Amino acid sequence: MDLDGLYQEIILDHYRNPHGKGLREPFEAEVHHVNPTCGDEITLRVHLVGDTVADVSYDAEGCSISQASASVLNDLLIGKSVGAAMGLLADFQALMQGRGTIEPDEETLEDGVAFAGVAKFPARIKCALLSWMAWKDATSQAVTLKEDA
Amino acid sequence: MTVSTESASAYDVAKIREDFPVLARRLDGDKPLVYLDSANTSHKPQVVIDAVADHYAMHNANVARAMHQLGAEATAAFEGARDKVARFVGAPSRDEVVFTKNATEALNLVAHVLGSVRGSRQIGASSEIVITEMEHHSNIVPWQLLCERTGARLRWFGITDDGRLDLGALDELVNEHTSVVSLTWVSNALGTVNPLAPIIERAHEVGALVVVDASQAVPQLPVDLGSLGADFVAFTGHKMVGPTGIGVLWGRYDLLAELPPFLGGGEMIATVSMERSTYAAPPSRFEAGTPQIAQAVGLGAAVDYLESMGMKAVAEHERAITAYALERLQEVGGLRIVGPTEAVDRGGAISFELAGVHPHDISQLLDSQGIAVRAGHHCAKPVHARFGVQSTARASFYLYTTTAEVDALVEGLEHTKRFFKV
Ligand SMILES: Cc1ncc(COP(=O)(O)O)c(C=O)c1O
Repeated sequence: MDLDGLYQEIILDHYRNPHGKGLREPFEAEVHHVNPTCGDEITLRVHLVGDTVADVSYDAEGCSISQASASVLNDLLIGKSVGAAMGLLADFQALMQGRGTIEPDEETLEDGVAFAGVAKFPARIKCALLSWMAWKDATSQAVTLKEDA
Repeated sequence: MTVSTESASAYDVAKIREDFPVLARRLDGDKPLVYLDSANTSHKPQVVIDAVADHYAMHNANVARAMHQLGAEATAAFEGARDKVARFVGAPSRDEVVFTKNATEALNLVAHVLGSVRGSRQIGASSEIVITEMEHHSNIVPWQLLCERTGARLRWFGITDDGRLDLGALDELVNEHTSVVSLTWVSNALGTVNPLAPIIERAHEVGALVVVDASQAVPQLPVDLGSLGADFVAFTGHKMVGPTGIGVLWGRYDLLAELPPFLGGGEMIATVSMERSTYAAPPSRFEAGTPQIAQAVGLGAAVDYLESMGMKAVAEHERAITAYALERLQEVGGLRIVGPTEAVDRGGAISFELAGVHPHDISQLLDSQGIAVRAGHHCAKPVHARFGVQSTARASFYLYTTTAEVDALVEGLEHTKRFFKV
């Protein structure tokens, strides 16, 4: 069992010192997602300025994988356009669902590549995806709100 | 004449382990399996596996409705299992034993039919249902659904800081409005063994019915339903060395006979016309459709197995291993037990936190060493909220657990701490 592949130092660093944690104003959408099997939870807010992800703020409780993933998401997505951020989400999801066969691109996924090892632990994939799914949900809501306005 | 003694010294764990094929397994990295998740589901001895296989291989037929020889054999085996279960839990009558698919279905069954009763036992907007804060979701949600349907009010016993039921408000909480008190005998999250007698006494004083979730009790304790005093008791086969897919609802016969059916279909009727049907007597009334035949046969073999060991001896082993584990775990720095820390009125499930390491990560690290524990809320979110934690890791024991396995757990936790540098 490749525990070192799962718990890479980068992941443990993000877990101990999560980036961008805490709920902030302003925001257009807030969601609360739960992983019902283990109870990991996240409340996540998205603030869009025009087409840019201006802020992603969150409050989360859970295992090292879910916490580190939220921290990496925060690093990666803030400042990107919604389209580019959705592209990164697709890349990260593909990495998680690739059963360890996908070689991640460090240029685009940065610290996110550390999660490659998680893909070999099916029970943990949901941990890694929790914050990403919450972000996707909140961002879709924020975009719809803008379109309706 | 030989006198059988059920002393702990006569209890040979090594020999018992030989009855359970899976306990000899080696996992990834050639690690021996250390299975500390029996409160979740127990393993099955070869005799249970054989009973299920033999039923399918040699006697398979539908029950009650097949008139041929195999049908008679299958019916005899299925009904024989009911006799065995009734004897095992000291049920006054075999007709009080209703087979369900698990404890969850048993609890839903009783909550549902009590909600359909008309007349003096009718549950309505002025009624109260009392549960406890330490229930498994299976003994919370069915009552919430009942309250939604009837307008009744759901109330609950709180828990003291040391993980015991707070009976301080017993007389106020259980009052003349109370229709049902439903509580767990042994908590799957805290390990607490609840004092049923005073609660049953108070409930009956005010005319309320008592439902006991015995999912964690029947596997570990000698049970005599005839003297317990409860009105309904639910338990589940897979936690007592039996197969999955079979549970039991026991109910006092006079009450079962009063209650309307749960599911409609074959086997539960007396006669059917296009306009209306009349219903069979209990237990058939509550067993619509082809029942869990092979699973019941397996459960019969499971109770034979438990009886051959003696439930007093099983309970004593559980107590001893729990006491040992409580002591050893408290030697681990940074570990906090959520639930009673002494082996008094306590079952063999120990939930704990380890400072700086999330339960999910604890279980991952232990799993890499072949040690199986549960991490999460153990289907008991409210009790976790009560203790201000989102999740815990839980080690639980059974009749095949050894002190060496507890030692392996303690070592595994020390390794976990080193890995996460806490
Ligand atoms: C106390 C308690 N009640 C109810 C249940 C539900 O059992 P089952 O899932 O077999 O219906 C369990 C076990 O999961 C339990 O521990």
